[in-house]
Amino acid sequence: MIEITHYLCIGCPLGCRLEVEEDEMGAVVEVRGHSCRKGKDFAEREHHDPRRMVTTTVAVHNGVWARLPVHTTAEVPKDMVREIVRYLRSLEAAAPVERGQLMVADVLGTGADVVASRGLDAE
Amino acid sequence: MTRLAIRYDVVIVGGGPGGMSAAIGALEAGADRVLIVDREIELGGILNQCIHNGFGLHHFGEELTGPEYASRLIEELLDHRIDVATDSYVLDVDADRTLTVASPSTGITRVQAGAVVLAMGARERTRGAIRIPGSRPSGIMTAGLAQKFVNQLGYLPGRRAVILGSGDIGLIMARRLALEDVEVHGVYELMPHANGLTRNIVQCLHDFDIPLHLSTTVVGIEGSRRLERVAVAPVDENFEPDLARATEIECDTLLVSIGLIPENELSAKLGLRMDPTTGGPVVSSTMETSRDGVFAAGNVVHIHDLVDFVSQEALLAGRCAGEFATGRSRPADNIRLLAGANVASIVPHTISSDREHVVYLRVRRSMEKSWLRLGEVYEKRLRYVVPAEMVSLKVRPRFLENFHGDALKIDIVPREEPGGDDE
Repeated sequence: MIEITHYLCIGCPLGCRLEVEEDEMGAVVEVRGHSCRKGKDFAEREHHDPRRMVTTTVAVHNGVWARLPVHTTAEVPKDMVREIVRYLRSLEAAAPVERGQLMVADVLGTGADVVASRGLDAE
Repeated sequence: MTRLAIRYDVVIVGGGPGGMSAAIGALEAGADRVLIVDREIELGGILNQCIHNGFGLHHFGEELTGPEYASRLIEELLDHRIDVATDSYVLDVDADRTLTVASPSTGITRVQAGAVVLAMGARERTRGAIRIPGSRPSGIMTAGLAQKFVNQLGYLPGRRAVILGSGDIGLIMARRLALEDVEVHGVYELMPHANGLTRNIVQCLHDFDIPLHLSTTVVGIEGSRRLERVAVAPVDENFEPDLARATEIECDTLLVSIGLIPENELSAKLGLRMDPTTGGPVVSSTMETSRDGVFAAGNVVHIHDLVDFVSQEALLAGRCAGEFATGRSRPADNIRLLAGANVASIVPHTISSDREHVVYLRVRRSMEKSWLRLGEVYEKRLRYVVPAEMVSLKVRPRFLENFHGDALKIDIVPREEPGGDDE
């Protein structure tokens, strides 16, 4: 059975409605609806392996703020984003923290590290 | 705590991306006594609470989170000797550029500035600005305030949220709350189109199955101490809600993300000439306001959609303020820019034919293929324009070589050419 999946292109304000057509074997037959190369690439990537950066916060003890912003050093599979955020919510860091400081290595086996987005002084 | 000097070359009001970039510009121009005053406890402004990524692609050539973008600017400033007065508030700026600065630690101080840069940013519009009827319980706040609660103070605003307005801050907060396991019922937008970037519609709403309801608004608020429910209703083409089709949603939180207003209390006290279309001061091509030696940049002048453009505009304002303070000036502007067809606002308001300028425009309505025309001296193809995205136009001296008038109108008009290809 031929399967068609829809995506909304994020490449520019045009917001093309993209269609990816797949054959019985799961191979992409055609991408439609794009108006440039970027759109076609985006549709293929979103279809096969959608990934996102994770940006969230970690509780921090004794800092000038109660939360430390953190982010992954690489995009992670989209369906792991919630799980990673929940895991990071269970952690507590202690101030002072330096910008770029490693908070978690290879978070949940994704190969991406989690680092501090900013430095945070102790209160 | 910084003990302030009596005199500075350049004093900058506001330590967000605009103020910090202006300081860097002033230093580059040779000003060596520079002061930034900010009411927060640290530099960075709103970037510190914008923990998501997507900043910096234009200005730094890489994608950064808000705190990283702020840190880059802070680190650049630390290489220089400048004074920073945090936890301090500028109460007043006189026409002779004397500033009254108040702070809990140093009291009231008067400082004299060779030049001033206004970089106070913007405020969010609140529920009061659109007069939603109903009671006044707790649980109703702007999206940016909720962002500060969640990302810096570590509080969740509630457990079940409705978001009014599809601007980028609203979309970003819809995702942020969803990630914190708050139930986000939906985003409601008065207009028939979303106001935020497509990227945010996809990555903040679609990724988390948060519905976006267009042409729909909040028409009622219920709850005595805490918000208990809101009523939403579809609107017609004149934005009149159809109350007969109103439905109720149980929720304890309503975030409003309905636009920003340039923060111009000081500008008003200074009696600056204002532009009603931008809500900010009228500025020349050096970002100087109608008062000599008073410059302005960033959201205080006009609302930007990207911080990168704030930085670029503020670098220019800072450089020109630094030049002014050290006794140099550029040739005065000789051409006024006028908003023509489908142009809502233009910054700067005047330019000079002897140098290159970047002019920022905002359109009134979306248009597919169009021409951007600068009087009769220059035209360029645009592929797609929307009110939510600023259009920038580089004006080069060669466009103006044979132009001898004193005003140029900018028009954005439909372009119809069969088979014509895009840039």
